[in-house]
Parts: sequence; structure tokens; C-alpha cells
Amino acid sequence: MAHFEKATSVKDWLNQRLAIEKVEKVMASEYWIPKNINFLWAMGMVLMITFILLLVSGIFLLMYYQPNVATAFDSVNYTIMREVGFGWLWRHIHGVAASVVFLIIYIHMFTGIYYGSYKKGREMIWISGMLLFITFSAEAFSGYMLPWGQMSYWAGMVITNIFSLGGLHLDGLVEWIRGDYVPAQAFLNRFFMLHVLLLPLAILGLIGLHFAALRIPHVNNQDGEEIDFDAEAQKYLAGDKKGSKVMRFANDFMSKDMMVVGIYLIFFFYLVFYHYNFAMDPVNFDPADGLKTPAHIYPEWYFLWSYEILRPFSVNIGLIAFGFAQVIFVLLPFLDRSPNTVPANRRGAFGIWFWLLLVDMIVLTAMGKLPPEGAFSTIGLVAALAFIALWIALPFITAKEKKL
Amino acid sequence: MKNKEPIILAVVVFFTLVTYYLVEPYAHGVMHKHVESENYAYDDLPAINKTGDAARGKDLVLGAGACTGCHSIEVAGMPAPMDPVTAASSYGVNPPDLSNAGVIFDGKFLANLIKNPAHALMVEHKFDASKGQMHPMTQFYGAGGDLDQEVADMVAYLQSIAVEQESVTPAMAYENACGRCHALKYENWTQIGTKPSFKYKKDELAFDIKVLEYEDSITKYMGKLPPDLSMYIRSRGEHYIKTFVENPQNYLHGTAMPRVGINAESMDKVIEHLEDAGDTKREERASVGANVMMFTIIFAIFALLWKKQVWRDLH
Ligand code: HEC
Ligand code: HEC
Ligand code: HEM
Repeated sequence: MAHFEKATSVKDWLNQRLAIEKVEKVMASEYWIPKNINFLWAMGMVLMITFILLLVSGIFLLMYYQPNVATAFDSVNYTIMREVGFGWLWRHIHGVAASVVFLIIYIHMFTGIYYGSYKKGREMIWISGMLLFITFSAEAFSGYMLPWGQMSYWAGMVITNIFSLGGLHLDGLVEWIRGDYVPAQAFLNRFFMLHVLLLPLAILGLIGLHFAALRIPHVNNQDGEEIDFDAEAQKYLAGDKKGSKVMRFANDFMSKDMMVVGIYLIFFFYLVFYHYNFAMDPVNFDPADGLKTPAHIYPEWYFLWSYEILRPFSVNIGLIAFGFAQVIFVLLPFLDRSPNTVPANRRGAFGIWFWLLLVDMIVLTAMGKLPPEGAFSTIGLVAALAFIALWIALPFITAKEKKL
Repeated sequence: MKNKEPIILAVVVFFTLVTYYLVEPYAHGVMHKHVESENYAYDDLPAINKTGDAARGKDLVLGAGACTGCHSIEVAGMPAPMDPVTAASSYGVNPPDLSNAGVIFDGKFLANLIKNPAHALMVEHKFDASKGQMHPMTQFYGAGGDLDQEVADMVAYLQSIAVEQESVTPAMAYENACGRCHALKYENWTQIGTKPSFKYKKDELAFDIKVLEYEDSITKYMGKLPPDLSMYIRSRGEHYIKTFVENPQNYLHGTAMPRVGINAESMDKVIEHLEDAGDTKREERASVGANVMMFTIIFAIFALLWKKQVWRDLH
């Protein structure tokens, strides 16, 4: 048994049992961050804050939401929106945060791609990040089912249909997922469970993994500089705060994180109070009706690019392309064969690849929402093919890159 | 080294706005037809250039016009000839009380309605007199004098008994213009009136059965049950509802919903009522919003100052 002494203070008491000073050092004051990073590195913290907003608002909504096909719609639109004090506020925060979190995730991902932050020991950060992306997607989708509006029902129908896997006709699998022939009570119940329990648990675990994966390689920087963290930390601790290339996470970088969070929250609450419609589709304010197909069925904006990769092809090819799009980002660290971990603008062909991918995904997003007619379906098809071509080309163009 | 953050921010904002523009305003512009308001002018209907006389109108409305054979006029002490459920089983829908018709509906529209209901209501595709499909509201063929003068007199009478435009409440506008067809559950409104609170379950069930019977009749009459409008202010929005009511055929060609001929002021009240139902907390949202924005800006300023202070030692 370890040796314990009479504590001199509460802190000492805790220290003997939990090593809080050590933990504080490892996680905050001696977690070293390069100085040459910009506000894009605050997106992780912005995501964390947005996730907390989702969690807290979700807990409040959960106190009144009823997972029953007969009452779900009214429990949200009547009880929460009208009866419960500030229920409307929690709902708008939850809805807007669920949409904005994806904007920030995409910025965070493209930051990682631009600066090559998925290489040289940072592979696990990237992979855990992609797992977060996938669980967030599932979380958003399952949450979208809960108000049991027209879009809940029909998006639920369309997306679960994907699991019949086209020519394989796995209708049994679709029924198994739905618990019924069509989305109904069993379907709502299980997506409720996923949304409020299993997926949030997975997300919490994955956030832990993501942070753990960051600790050893440290974060990248905007100049592709290799930093000797131990030496620079010594310099800092010896008093040369100005000369050292690193700073403490807390309070040094955290103060900048908070500044960015402050500006972000202005934008966020502006959306919550004055511009929420983009995040809460009007069609979903019509109660679910299995006999009335809406004129246009489309997923929320953050799924549109992958939806558009599914749509322009015949069923089987579309599904293969869709599957490709879902996994290909995870493999990025292994598809990029270049030895350089520097910003894309210094990597020649890869720099062009980056901007093409970004623009292509925006085009896919737009076409995924527009009705698949005339020029839109042609543009969608070209953009989907371009997406696949870009990823196939990636190993070849990066292998050619010269060591800088 | 020069500070790249402004340009990075500009790039992020640029791509965010482009994406937003494409998936929201642009895509919705392509998917949904945009209809401009006609300002409730009902330009397709001919004006009646006669000055009406309310006293003569009264005799016509209560007499030769036969309006009270189907409609109640409570302010004139004329009760409804039938209860709503029975009325709906005869006419398909309960003819509305006319006490305030003069202030809810447009004057020119009312005159045209009296002369030819199917035409004014824009439901001639369903009610074609030449094929023997008669609109349940009978056309007024005249009481022997000048038709236009008689119609103008009746309209003048209806306008004279109605309350002032300023006294039209949101609920009143809704109940008169839409309430006979559309329930509004979140405001406790059924097509046969406000649902009372009952002491005994039995009475409540009896009421519910009446509503169901009424809904059966109206479904038969219109081909489908008019939807409950509780959340329509969120699902359709103000612009759509306003332009839809002006002329439902603009959006849903061949629809059974009539053009109700409401005037612009009363339509604003209908919208207010729909907001009360489906966007109840809009005022609270505005006031809480202003406070939260103020707090967040103060938070951001303090965060900025803190960052400046911490970083002074770092560079
Ligand atoms: C045979 C019965 C009958 C008679 C007579 C009749 N109405 Fe109607 N009226 C109806 C019915 C039924 C409706 C509802 C029609 C519908 O909603 O499709 C109606 C609707 C109306 C409306 C509402 C129209 C709208 O735009 O929503 C007004 C106003 C009206 N009647 C006025 C009159 C006046 C004035 C007279 C006398 C000249 C009259 N009615 C005579 C049956 C009648
Ligand atoms: C005589 C019955 C009747 C009256 C009065 C009436 N409606 Fe309707 N309304 C209908 C019917 C029937 C439909 C369904 C139309 C369809 O789907 O073809 C409908 C549909 C609607 C819709 C949905 C349109 C859509 O896009 O699906 C709105 C909005 C609406 N009505 C608003 C109103 C308002 C506001 C009023 C009062 C100013 C009103 N209605 C008065 C019968 C009526
Ligand atoms: C909502 C979930 C997420 C949270 C809470 C989160 C949080 C964080 C935090 C706090 C950091 C460190 C600070 C920073 O660089 O921003 C970080 C870094 C990183 N994240 Fe995430 N992240 C999430 C999702 C993702 C996703 C979806 C990806 C993409 C696959 C990703 C990839 C990365 C990478 C590559 C880094 C390292 C950046 C560098 O080294 O410069 N993360 N994340």
C-alpha cells in the first residue's frame, strides 16, 4: 500500500490521492503548443464548446420529449416550443448547434488536410477524428428522426433503404434496422436510444481518444516546422518565454482559444435568435405522413456532398461510389505518400489537389440539394466523378513530390 | 513574419458564404416557385360602381337574398338555421356567421361572391353549373331591381353591422376566414368551434365525435381534409401563406381550397394568429436574443483583453 501523510491542505489531500498537480501539468500548463499556429487551431476548442452546448440543451429537451409516433411531434412543437419555459431556446440552440458543428468540423478537417496534420505520428489523431465525424453523422441523423416530421420520416425511409444494398436486395436487413416494414414506433424508439445514449457515449469516448492521440505528437504548426518540444519547453521554463518556440496550453493558448470562442459565440447566437431556419428545415414542421411524399426529399446540408455521390449513378454503382466516399477520408494518411509535412501551398500539385477537392465538395453539396434535372444532374455527375478521380490520383501525385 | 490570419479568415468566410448561398437561397429559389403578392386587389373581379344603401341591403340579406337561410348573423339576432355538423352534412361545410363578413372580406370580392360564388371563390373547376355541379352557396339572381345595386346594398349592410377594422382580433380573422375548414389544434380550435374543457370524459368524446363527423363531411366535399394549420407559420412561412390565400390556384393548380377573398388588413391578423399558434415565443425570442447578444459581445471583449494580456509576455 502506498504511503499517505496527513494532508496540509485540501489540495495536498487531493494531490496525494489523485496527483492533480501532475495531471494539471500533463494536460494544461506543460502541454506545449507551438507559437506559430493561427486561429484555425482553435477550431478543436470551438467544437468542444459546441458539443457541450449540444449536450446541455439536449438534456433539457430530453426532459419533455416523448419518443412515441403519436406524440413526438406535439411534444416538440407544442410542449417544448410553447409550454416549457425557455424550451424554444433549448430547441433552437440544439438545432442550430447540430448544423453549425458540421461547419466547424469541415473547417477543422480541411485545416488538417491543408497543413498535413495527419502525418508523421499524427495518424491516430486523424483516424480518431474521422471516427468522430462518422459518429457525429449518425448522431445528427438519429436526432433528425426524433421530431417525427415529414423530413424525419422520409429521410429515415430513404437512408435506411440504402441498406438493401441495391442489387443485393437485402430487404430483410432494412426491416431489421427499422424493426418494421416502414419507419414506425420501433424505428423511432431505437433511433431515440441511439441519439440519447449509445452515440453520445461513443462520442465522449472518441473525444477522449482524439485528445490522447494529440498528446504525444503535439499539434502541428502553420509553417511545417519540426519543433524540438523538450528543448523549447526547457527554454520557456527557464524564463525565456519570448525566445521559446512553444507556449503552455493553459493559460497561453487557451486565452486565444477563448478569444476565438467568444467571436464564434457571437456568430452562433446570432444564428440561434435571428437566422435559425437554415438549420431547422421548414418541411419538418409538417407532421410525418406515410401517405404523402414531400415534393423534394433531401438530407441536411452536411450530408449533401455524399448524397450527391450516391445519386447520379445507377443504384449499384452509386452505392459503391457512396461507400468509397464514406471510407476514403479515413485512409488519407496512407494515401498521401509525400515525405513533407508542410502547408499545401508549398507542396506543388498537392496544393492544387486541395483546392480542387474543396471546390468539388462544395459543388457536390449544392447539386445534392438541387433537383436532379438537366444541367444540375450533369454537373453532379461530373463532380462525383471528379471526387473519385481526385482520390485515385492522390497517391500518385504525392509520391512524385520531392523532399523539401 | 506577417500575420496571415485576416486572409485565412477571409477564405473561410468566403467558402462558407458560397456554400450557404448555394444550398439555401439559390436551391430554394430553384425548387419553389416565387409568387409575388397581388396586394389583395382581386383585379380579375369587376368592380361594382354603385353606392350601396345599408338599410335596403338589410332587407335583402334578411329577405330576398335568403342569406340567413344558410348563414347565421348573430349581431342581427339571426341564429344559425342548423348546427355546424348538420350544416356540413348538407352543404359540405358550415356556412360562416356573417356578423363580421363585411370587415374580414374585401368589399368587391363580397359583391362578386354574392353574384357568382364559384367564380369568386375560384372553384369553377369543381362547380360547373353547365354540368349541373352547383356550388352549395346559391347564386343571387336579383330581387327584381338593378342587380348590381342590390348587391352593393347587401355589401353595404354587411359592412355596416361589422366591427371596425381596428377591432378585428387575430382569432376573429382566423375563425371567420379559415376556421370552418382548418382546425388549429395548438389554439384549441376545431372546425366546429373552440374545444371547451369538459368535466366528463363522455361529454368530451361526444364533442370529438361531432368534430369527426364534421371532418368526414368536409373531406367528402373538398376531396381531402384541410390540414391543421398549427405549425404552418414554420412549415410554409408568412410569404407563402399570404400569397397562397390570395390565390391558391397559383401554387396548387386544381386545388379545392377556395380563394377566400380576405382583405389585406384581416390577412395580417390571420398571420398573427398563426404566429400565436406556431411561433408563440417570438417576442420572448427577440428580447432574450438582444440580451444574449449583448452578454456574448461583452464576453468576447473580455476574452480578447485576456488574450492580449497573456500574450504580451510571449512575443
Ligand atoms: C344555400 C345556402 C347559402 C346561401 C343561401 C348563402 N350562402 Fe353564403 N355560403 C354558403 C356556404 C355553404 C359557404 C361555404 C362555401 C365554401 O367554403 O366552400 C358560404 C360562404 C359564404 C361566405 C364566405 C366566403 C369566403 O370567401 O370564405 C360569405 C361571406 C357568404 N357565404 C355570404 C353570403 C351572403 C351575403 C349570402 C346572401 C346573399 C349568402 N352567403 C347566401 C351557403 C350559403
Ligand atoms: C373552404 C375550406 C377552406 C377554407 C375556408 C380555407 N382553406 Fe386552406 N385549405 C383547404 C383545403 C381543402 C386545403 C388542401 C388543399 C390541397 O392540398 O389541395 C387547404 C390548404 C391550405 C394550406 C396548405 C397549402 C399547401 O401548400 O399545402 C394553407 C397554408 C391554407 N390552406 C391556408 C388557409 C388560410 C390561411 C385560410 C384562411 C384565410 C384558409 N386556408 C381557408 C380548404 C380551405
Ligand atoms: C466534434 C469532434 C471533434 C473535437 C471535439 C475535436 C477536438 C480537437 C481539438 C481540441 C484539437 C486540438 C486543437 C486543434 O488543433 O484544433 C484537435 C486537433 C485535431 N483534430 Fe479534432 N476534433 C473533432 C473532430 C475531428 C475530425 C472530424 C477530424 C478529421 C478527421 C479531426 C482531426 C484533427 C486533427 C488532424 C487534429 C490535429 C491538428 C494539428 O495537429 O494541427 N478532428 N481536435
